[in-house]
Amino acid sequence: MAAFLEDPVVIKLILSPFNWLLSTVYHLIIDLVDILMRPLQNALGVRGMAYVFILPNLLVFGIFILFPMLLNFYYAFTGGTELFPENRPFVGMDNLNQLFTCEDFLDPNSCREDLFWRAILNTGGYVISQVALLVFMALITALALNRNIRGRGFFRSVFFYPVLLSPVVVALIWRWILLQDGVLNAILVSLGFERISFLLNAQWAQFWVIIISVWAQMGFFTLILLAGLQAIPTEFYEAAGIDGATAWQSFWNVTLPLLMPNLFVVLVLSLIRAVQVFDQVFNFTGGGPGTATTYMVQYVYTTGFANQTKEYGLAAAASLVMAALLLILTLIQLRLGRRGDIS
Amino acid sequence: MKKLLTLVTLLALIVLATSVAAQDAPVELRITWYDDGSEGAVLRDLLDRFEAENPDIKVVVDTIAYQSILEQLPLQVEAGEGPDMARVTNFDAYKGFYLDLRPYVADAAYWEASFAPSVLAALRTADDPADALFGFPNQFTVTGPYINRTLFEQAGVEVPSDTMDAVTWEEWTAAAQAVAEATETQYAIAMDRTGHRFAGPAFSQGATLFNDDGSITIDTPGFRSMAELLVRWHQENLTPAEVWVGAGGSYSPGLPFFINGQLVMYMSGSWQIGALVRDVGDAFDWQAVPNPSGPGGSTGMPGGTMMVAFAETEHPAEVARVMDYLVQVDVLKEFTERTLFIPAHLGLGELNFQTDSAAAQAALVTFANEVPKLSEQAYQLQFGGQAFAINNPIRDRLTQVITGELTLDDAVARIQQDVEDALAAAASS
Repeated sequence: MAAFLEDPVVIKLILSPFNWLLSTVYHLIIDLVDILMRPLQNALGVRGMAYVFILPNLLVFGIFILFPMLLNFYYAFTGGTELFPENRPFVGMDNLNQLFTCEDFLDPNSCREDLFWRAILNTGGYVISQVALLVFMALITALALNRNIRGRGFFRSVFFYPVLLSPVVVALIWRWILLQDGVLNAILVSLGFERISFLLNAQWAQFWVIIISVWAQMGFFTLILLAGLQAIPTEFYEAAGIDGATAWQSFWNVTLPLLMPNLFVVLVLSLIRAVQVFDQVFNFTGGGPGTATTYMVQYVYTTGFANQTKEYGLAAAASLVMAALLLILTLIQLRLGRRGDIS
Repeated sequence: MKKLLTLVTLLALIVLATSVAAQDAPVELRITWYDDGSEGAVLRDLLDRFEAENPDIKVVVDTIAYQSILEQLPLQVEAGEGPDMARVTNFDAYKGFYLDLRPYVADAAYWEASFAPSVLAALRTADDPADALFGFPNQFTVTGPYINRTLFEQAGVEVPSDTMDAVTWEEWTAAAQAVAEATETQYAIAMDRTGHRFAGPAFSQGATLFNDDGSITIDTPGFRSMAELLVRWHQENLTPAEVWVGAGGSYSPGLPFFINGQLVMYMSGSWQIGALVRDVGDAFDWQAVPNPSGPGGSTGMPGGTMMVAFAETEHPAEVARVMDYLVQVDVLKEFTERTLFIPAHLGLGELNFQTDSAAAQAALVTFANEVPKLSEQAYQLQFGGQAFAINNPIRDRLTQVITGELTLDDAVARIQQDVEDALAAAASS
């Protein structure tokens, strides 16, 4: 039986209908494309065809990014709880006024929309702490992984692995570890310590939110820095060594300046990502305890979608403020990027 | 070109065959559902029988988390992407999107005679026809507390309601605390994290949210009294902080702590009976006790779940056939008896609840006795069309008091402002 199936004639007989089908479908598709494209090319010319080929991408961008952005802008100036734009009354600057009515911006309790300012201040604190720790840890890890250590490939995989996990999975795993009856408290109790309310105490919750996001994202940024480190020619270190430079001097005067473009990329990307923090924290703490880990995107989500009264206008206005912040960060990135190119 | 013709012919044949097959296929309807206990299985059983008698209709039940019913389903429905039918508790969220079943059902008069007019009216807006039938309540609920009676016996502490007709929240708290200390139970008392659950005790403490002129006032001594008690439970570690503090901005039940024997007293409601029968079994003796009393009387909160149909459905006649089947007296009677729910139907007659659990039978009697005690304010909150604006701010702002972000004074002012903002936003649409 097996010998029969190995016979080239039999194989050809078995495969020929399949080949015919594939070939027919292929040629039909090509014919269809030809029918559509030939008149277009005749009408637009060869150069004009470039626009035809970027049109699908432009459509996707327009439908899923540009149009929602414009719609969001419109929503920010409308009120009520209706979802569809035509049913929403125009309220001008009311939503932005509501967000910015505040006696002292550093004291949310003095603000009309206190939850927004709590979210802003929480986000500010998170961004500064998380980005600083993230960049520092990514740099240290990249430096370590750049050395010729045993099992380097394994460690690179280990540090990158959390990046592949869904933020929801990361949040649930860590929640399981840190709950009152979680793994970490079980270990602490078995060692004779008291339980710690990691997720019920504001400071602990904020601490763990930062640690977990650093753990989850570090691999990606480590990879960027590692690429930068490997691009530094070894001759520079050899020359520094000949000049009697210590390891620290080599790092400070050779590694750091040459790694600066990569560090800028890491810094700005992590900043933007930190401002956008949501899914992981939302699944991890739900924004609590109280509002201790409620950040800007969660405020937008809650105001627009989770609350029983869906204030889409207020949520849209808050997202405009967030967009302005991200725009500033992006402009800084462009500015610094240009400087990096010049240097 | 010849190949193209072949392909077009093939495609035409496929389309023709598919459309012929589709003509024979039953109409598929979807119900979005959530489970407190085993009611989803009971519903499926009832629907299987319906499908056997109505082969032209297939009903798919999508069981989702209760949280999604509260947060995701309203958006789906508003965007025109909702199911044909759903089991909901937040009736206000879907107003304006319900399907009026009156033109389709066989006997609209039966529907009207079977349920309290105020309950059917709770689904209507002022713009809807006054006789519109948007759905029916398949469960009436009453909030109230449960106790772990075994722990009371082990502690040698008398159950207050055994000897007193009126027991205050303070007396229950003290008794539960004594039991927890004597039995080294982790927590004395807990309440589900919702404004709805908080409202009953607050009314009992003397809170009055609704004024005669139609306005709402949060700041009353009764409201503050219950809020202070809730905060004290947390300050003295009498209650599991996970429920109110650890849940972010979501609903959170205290049920797991009660089921696990970590809790002496649990404020929830009649819908938990099925879950307690199923999950506690004979691990300990549990008991539903009357709502505690206070200056405002002894009231829980009414509530319930409604089966509703949505206007976006492509098959209104078929939806009405399913709804008309589920509303029938024998079907609702079986549903109620098997799920251990308090019925909202006015004419089910004597019920034979299908449980061997004496605790469940007693709890059903206890909760039934609570119904006449429910206050006007409680009914107005639940069915007056403003619950959507009141319950969540109470829940979220009191949590901020518990975590120390707000003082009670600030929280009360913020709740008032949140309620007014929500009502104004809804009114401007």
